[in-house]
Amino acid sequence: MSRQPCVAALVGNPNAGKSALFNALTGARQKIANYPGVTVERKAGRMLLPNGEPVELVDLPGSYGLHATTSPDEEVTRRVVMGEQHGQAQPDVLVIVLDSSNLEQHLVFAQEVLELGRPTVVALNMVDLAERDGLVLDSAALSAALGVPVIPTVAVRRRGLDDLAAAVAAARDAVAEQPVARAHVTLPERRMLAHEMAQGAILSETARHRIHARMDKVLLHPWAGPPILFALLFVVFQAVFSWATPFADGIDAAFSAIGDWVRTELPASLARDLLTDGVIAGVGAVVVFLPQILILFFFILTMEATGYMARAAFLMDRLMAGVGLSGRSFIPLLSSFACAVPGIMSTRSITDPKDRLTTILIAPLMTCSARLPVYAVIIAAFIPNRAVLPGVGLQGLVLFTLYVVGIIGAMVVALILRRSVTKGAASGFIMELPKYQLPTVKDLALGLFQRAWVFLRRAGTMIFTVTVALWLLLNFPRAEPGQDQVNASIAGHIANGLAVVVEPIGFNRDIALALIPAMAAREVAVSSLATTYAVGATDDDQQGRQLGDQLKGRWSLATALAFLAWFVFAPQCMSTIAVTRRETNGWKWPGFMLAYLFGLAYVFAGATYWIAVALGLG
Amino acid sequence: MTLDQLPLGISARIAAVDWDMLVPEEAQRLRALGIDEGAKVKLAYRGVFLGRDPLAIEIGRMTVALRRAHARAMTVDTVPETQAA
Repeated sequence: MSRQPCVAALVGNPNAGKSALFNALTGARQKIANYPGVTVERKAGRMLLPNGEPVELVDLPGSYGLHATTSPDEEVTRRVVMGEQHGQAQPDVLVIVLDSSNLEQHLVFAQEVLELGRPTVVALNMVDLAERDGLVLDSAALSAALGVPVIPTVAVRRRGLDDLAAAVAAARDAVAEQPVARAHVTLPERRMLAHEMAQGAILSETARHRIHARMDKVLLHPWAGPPILFALLFVVFQAVFSWATPFADGIDAAFSAIGDWVRTELPASLARDLLTDGVIAGVGAVVVFLPQILILFFFILTMEATGYMARAAFLMDRLMAGVGLSGRSFIPLLSSFACAVPGIMSTRSITDPKDRLTTILIAPLMTCSARLPVYAVIIAAFIPNRAVLPGVGLQGLVLFTLYVVGIIGAMVVALILRRSVTKGAASGFIMELPKYQLPTVKDLALGLFQRAWVFLRRAGTMIFTVTVALWLLLNFPRAEPGQDQVNASIAGHIANGLAVVVEPIGFNRDIALALIPAMAAREVAVSSLATTYAVGATDDDQQGRQLGDQLKGRWSLATALAFLAWFVFAPQCMSTIAVTRRETNGWKWPGFMLAYLFGLAYVFAGATYWIAVALGLG
Repeated sequence: MTLDQLPLGISARIAAVDWDMLVPEEAQRLRALGIDEGAKVKLAYRGVFLGRDPLAIEIGRMTVALRRAHARAMTVDTVPETQAA
């Protein structure tokens, strides 16, 4: 047969279990990309028909209707189903995925899809959960009512998958009907029909166990709910910061070892330095965050898969509403404490575009893990290690204050943005709270692998390019004998120019020089300062300590405090800028983000410096 | 009585919705979720912080979170609990 490969698409309401079904049907053979021009994820994979013929299966975003689309996701689903989506062939077969325990609701959208007259198969998904709730369904009756094959499936237990593949093959070979010409079916009429069909398909309905209702009694309890959420978040934070350390150290050591190996194996040359100092050190600086990102995403994916995420959004909605956001923004902002890159990526679940944009713009204000090395060095060098209260150290208090200033900054900025550049109707919060489910190991593993791959590929290539560029700027033109290389380089000249700008806020030329490579990633500021002060350090710990002594001799306390204030706000991270560009489809918003964050950093560092000087700390 | 005033756990039918009180996209989303005139709903949970916002309502076998501002646009009549919705 020499026809085009057959394309099938999964359509259905959100929470119908489409993604689990998609994973079960395609296995790990998936391709994830964006639809052209929009930040809607296109998930496609290969599924095999009973005769061994491959079919491209597309997992369309969950949607509540074809005609009244309210989000970019729903619009993509509508266009694909109608055959209007650029870069996507119209699916030969549509697979409508229905949640068995929510037929009355899901059949409303199903009717809209069926009226298109395309070859269609219905997957009656999650029949096991419906049975757990005491609901037994008659798929034959439903099939008769809908006029298309209905296959009961349990994606996570791989039940009904072969039958579904066979039904897709049969539907593909059938002749497409003409669209059913039904003039102006109104929504209430559809709902009435959905109700009748759902009732007609029920074989028996007993008193429901409703495990999820009992769990919600505890987890959404006005008094018990929030402490449970905060306890869980505490565990997540601990895990991200402590579990990741051995792995991060291991990756760090591995990259150092590779660098050392290259240094001993290759003759000394500029090319070798580029490889070790530029490529290996630069890529290593990014990959070192992989353990934290994986641990964070493990918790996020688990919370999503179990259905708890929607409850967390519910519990936090009131607080977020105070600054013009909704509960949906809570998880992306939480993720940003580890790293703004996955945080910004996870804003895709926010339906309101203004809400989403605001969340992306304030995400870098959450104190990410890359700021810690910078804070640690400066605090250790300048803040005396003494207790202000029993059990409360001054150093810890300063660190905590830096986190709090970031959070307060984010809230104030959100308030201002929602009244200016991202002005719009006060964002509402309408969200289905899905049923609780046990996550499957396979779906979790697949999700983690995909996140890791996206992170390594996108952030890695970006950092790679930037580090190489910075290395070139620091090494060319070559210094005359006896002249300092940094001073002679292009970067050195830029630093001298920059020093004029940052002197009013208490920064010296060395800081200006450190700020340039720190554009790639904040923590690079530490090693840059170390290089500039030519400390003969052998390992990070020693480097940190000796650098501290050097700093104490060369910086005033006011300068050190201004430097800390700068890093609370400064958008010194190329990966964040790059991911913002990707998620907002252009340079407008990353440009805005750069401008406002640098502006805030400059103002706050300057204010800190001058207040400190006025207090006699200069 | 509007939906936000409904006591917890009492079934009610939405008698009327003042759609003008709602943003069009949100109105559409509520309708898509089946929250419309004639729907049988039950207030299941109230938010925890100041203002007792948001609300979680049960409609059919779904639980849907919405804000009090949305619920205020909906007039409800209580119905006696005869069978499971």
